[in-house]
Amino acid sequence: MNVPDYSVWFNEKQHSGDHGRKLTGMPRTPRLHLPPTPARPGESPDFSYLQLSPAGAVPRPDVNARARDIGYLSLELVRVLDDAHDAVGPWHPHLEPAELQVGLRHMLLTRIYDDRMQRNQRSGKITFYMRSLGEEAVAVAQCMALRPRDMLFPSYRTQGLHIARGLPLVDMMCQLLSNTRDMCKGRQLPVMYHSAAQRLFSISGNLATQFPQAVGWAMAAAIKGEDDLAAAWIGEGSSAEADFHHALLFAAVYQAPVILNLVNNQWAISTFQGYAGGEQRSFAARGPGYGIAGIRVDGNDFLAVHAVTQWAAERARIGAGPTLIELVTYRAAAHSTSDDPSRYRAKDDYAHWPLGDPIERLKAHLIKHAGWTEERHQALVEELDAQVTASWKEAVTHGTLADGPRLDPDLMFEDVFKVMPPNLERQRAAMHAERSDVRWRK
Amino acid sequence: MAQMNMTQALNSAMDVMLGRDPAVVLMGEDIGYFGGVFRVTDGLQRKYGAHRVLDTPIAEGGIVAAAIGMAVNGLRPVAEIQFADYIYPGFDQITSELARLRYRSAGDFYAPVTIRTPCGGGIRGGQTHSQSPEAIFTHVCGLKVVMPSNPYDAKGLLIAAIEDDDPVIFFEPKRLYNGPFDGDPAKPAAPWSTHPKGEVPEGHYRVPLGKAEIVRPGRDLTIVSYGTMVHVAAAAASAHGLDAEIIDLRSLVPLDTDTICASVRNTGRCVIAHEATRFSGFGAEILSVIQEECFWDLQAPIQRVTGWDTPYPHAFEWEYFPSQARFAAAFRVVMEPA
Ligand SMILES: Cc1ncc(C[n+]2csc(CCOP(=O)(O)OP(=O)(O)O)c2C)c(N)n1
Ligand SMILES: [Mg+2]
Repeated sequence: MNVPDYSVWFNEKQHSGDHGRKLTGMPRTPRLHLPPTPARPGESPDFSYLQLSPAGAVPRPDVNARARDIGYLSLELVRVLDDAHDAVGPWHPHLEPAELQVGLRHMLLTRIYDDRMQRNQRSGKITFYMRSLGEEAVAVAQCMALRPRDMLFPSYRTQGLHIARGLPLVDMMCQLLSNTRDMCKGRQLPVMYHSAAQRLFSISGNLATQFPQAVGWAMAAAIKGEDDLAAAWIGEGSSAEADFHHALLFAAVYQAPVILNLVNNQWAISTFQGYAGGEQRSFAARGPGYGIAGIRVDGNDFLAVHAVTQWAAERARIGAGPTLIELVTYRAAAHSTSDDPSRYRAKDDYAHWPLGDPIERLKAHLIKHAGWTEERHQALVEELDAQVTASWKEAVTHGTLADGPRLDPDLMFEDVFKVMPPNLERQRAAMHAERSDVRWRK
Repeated sequence: MAQMNMTQALNSAMDVMLGRDPAVVLMGEDIGYFGGVFRVTDGLQRKYGAHRVLDTPIAEGGIVAAAIGMAVNGLRPVAEIQFADYIYPGFDQITSELARLRYRSAGDFYAPVTIRTPCGGGIRGGQTHSQSPEAIFTHVCGLKVVMPSNPYDAKGLLIAAIEDDDPVIFFEPKRLYNGPFDGDPAKPAAPWSTHPKGEVPEGHYRVPLGKAEIVRPGRDLTIVSYGTMVHVAAAAASAHGLDAEIIDLRSLVPLDTDTICASVRNTGRCVIAHEATRFSGFGAEILSVIQEECFWDLQAPIQRVTGWDTPYPHAFEWEYFPSQARFAAAFRVVMEPA
């Protein structure tokens, strides 16, 4: 690596007298800080940078505690499941076994769905896919801790929300296929689902935009005097965008009934979370910085995620203010089907992740405490597998990009505006002429 | 000379400039260790160090703003915005600050920043990985706007952009990174090694900003284009047996009106092609210039071949893309006998 000789700056014409600046004493060696990345390819995974708290160790404050009095929550790590698979401490949510089994089912379904859709992308059936492998507890437990009328503003890696809200798998698959039953009418990349009926907001390709929008939704709920709340999800990398800061500021100013969830899966494509500002202080600590509650939770601990979300929801509903939740987890898979993480991070990293796997952990807890068994687990896997297979079979009858029924290209011109303006009507007609021009027909 | 695709040519331009000028720094999301999601900065951090090839937070507004500050303090930043679709969080810093710093400070401050960004469709990117927002930036006084159509120009233009003391928005048509594209997605992709402009000098050279190129001389009509559409236009004209004069603008700002007008005066007929939407697209500006300068030379109305006035839909990519068939309709009007 070449360290440039900065002394040439004094002589180069284009910089001489630049802005009237006199360059003296410029160091010859750069001293810009660059956040370290713990382990790159060829190195062993290293998670020693992670600040962990023992399970059960973090006190649970009253839901109407003032943000300024509970700053510790943003630096500790709320955990309920310990290494012996017991649920311990003040955050133990005491959920019924039946409800935990529902949680396990949603997480497993999310994982099986992801796995199958990834393979469908590989075999060319869909153009693109993004898995949430290792992060299933985040979306599933949080969704289950909220009410059906609460409005969710997902990111592209929280498909567990859609599954836990009961959006039919066939509907989700038809979106991936851009087929005749695609809720987006072919306009969006795969995984950008929405459902107005299920209160799942439309996902944008532009990062972070949903975060302040969720705050606005919550402000409207407060203006209208309704007790529904909004919840939004954002990646730690995306939290660098100004929109994240707008969200926190508006949430703080108006004390909006909103839960702002930052999913810290340690990576933003190839970039380690230090570059999003995670090196100096936790992401959750930005909450208290703005005057709102911030809380850091083990994102792979279903019980802890559920408990913390329920706490934040109660706060929001009684008017005690918004909460920023940092969910500490790990992006176990590639960023997307266009990505190859072996180029930028250590091999076998997920096997070394200190917070384990969310499904394995809940499963072990249920086996120990709720009569769950390996046999029942295996049967559930098979049932869900069959459900995904059957759904896919049905989804493709509505067409794929390659064959079967196709969306009408006229749809391209609809919904730009509520009423189609004349220039688009003309362009639609021009497209028809183009497509019927036999010389060019394929 | 070496064989290079557009990615390698752009990489080579930055390599040359990092080597020649210690003030040049690169910055952007995933550009350092990883070498960029399109691999355009591959290997440059290893070669020049992590303080000259900076990974940045995902904050386009921050990237542009920091680049301005660095430039004011004597550096010459080349910022990558991962997709042109994601340039908008940096819009205020680009249009209100970067573009006008020289003007508002009467030349006492200026920011020689180059912003590189991949644009255009044809890669199944859907509505947020396919946009061509160049016209928006041409409307802002104080920005130079560039879009190459081949590796040779890409390298020479990027070097010229980095050396330029004014800010440059440098659009890279991502469909052309690996090879020319004639608009037919069913054909096997051709690599740049099959194209003369895939021959690229390894060292330093400039392709001047503000100078269009006549890609092919012709007498029947003039086609004015830039980026991916240069190749589609050439293929469409030849499929119609037209002797078209094809102009690749290369720079949108400054605009080489002399080359355009000289050609239209000869041919009397003109088609303008870009991938971006039609309404208030850059074609409208070109058309106005021709109307003002060459009205009495025209033998037929000028036609535009463009994307439709809708977002770029995932499922209808090829119905949206200005295909050779869309040229056919334009040719019919433009080639009417006078
Ligand atoms: C405004 C904007 N800038 C850049 C991108 C490109 N991009 C898509 S995902 C991504 C990484 C996001 O990482 P993170 O927020 O940590 O979420 P994760 O993928 O880890 O779930 C980037 C840079 C984008 N989609 N939008
Ligand atoms: Mg992340």
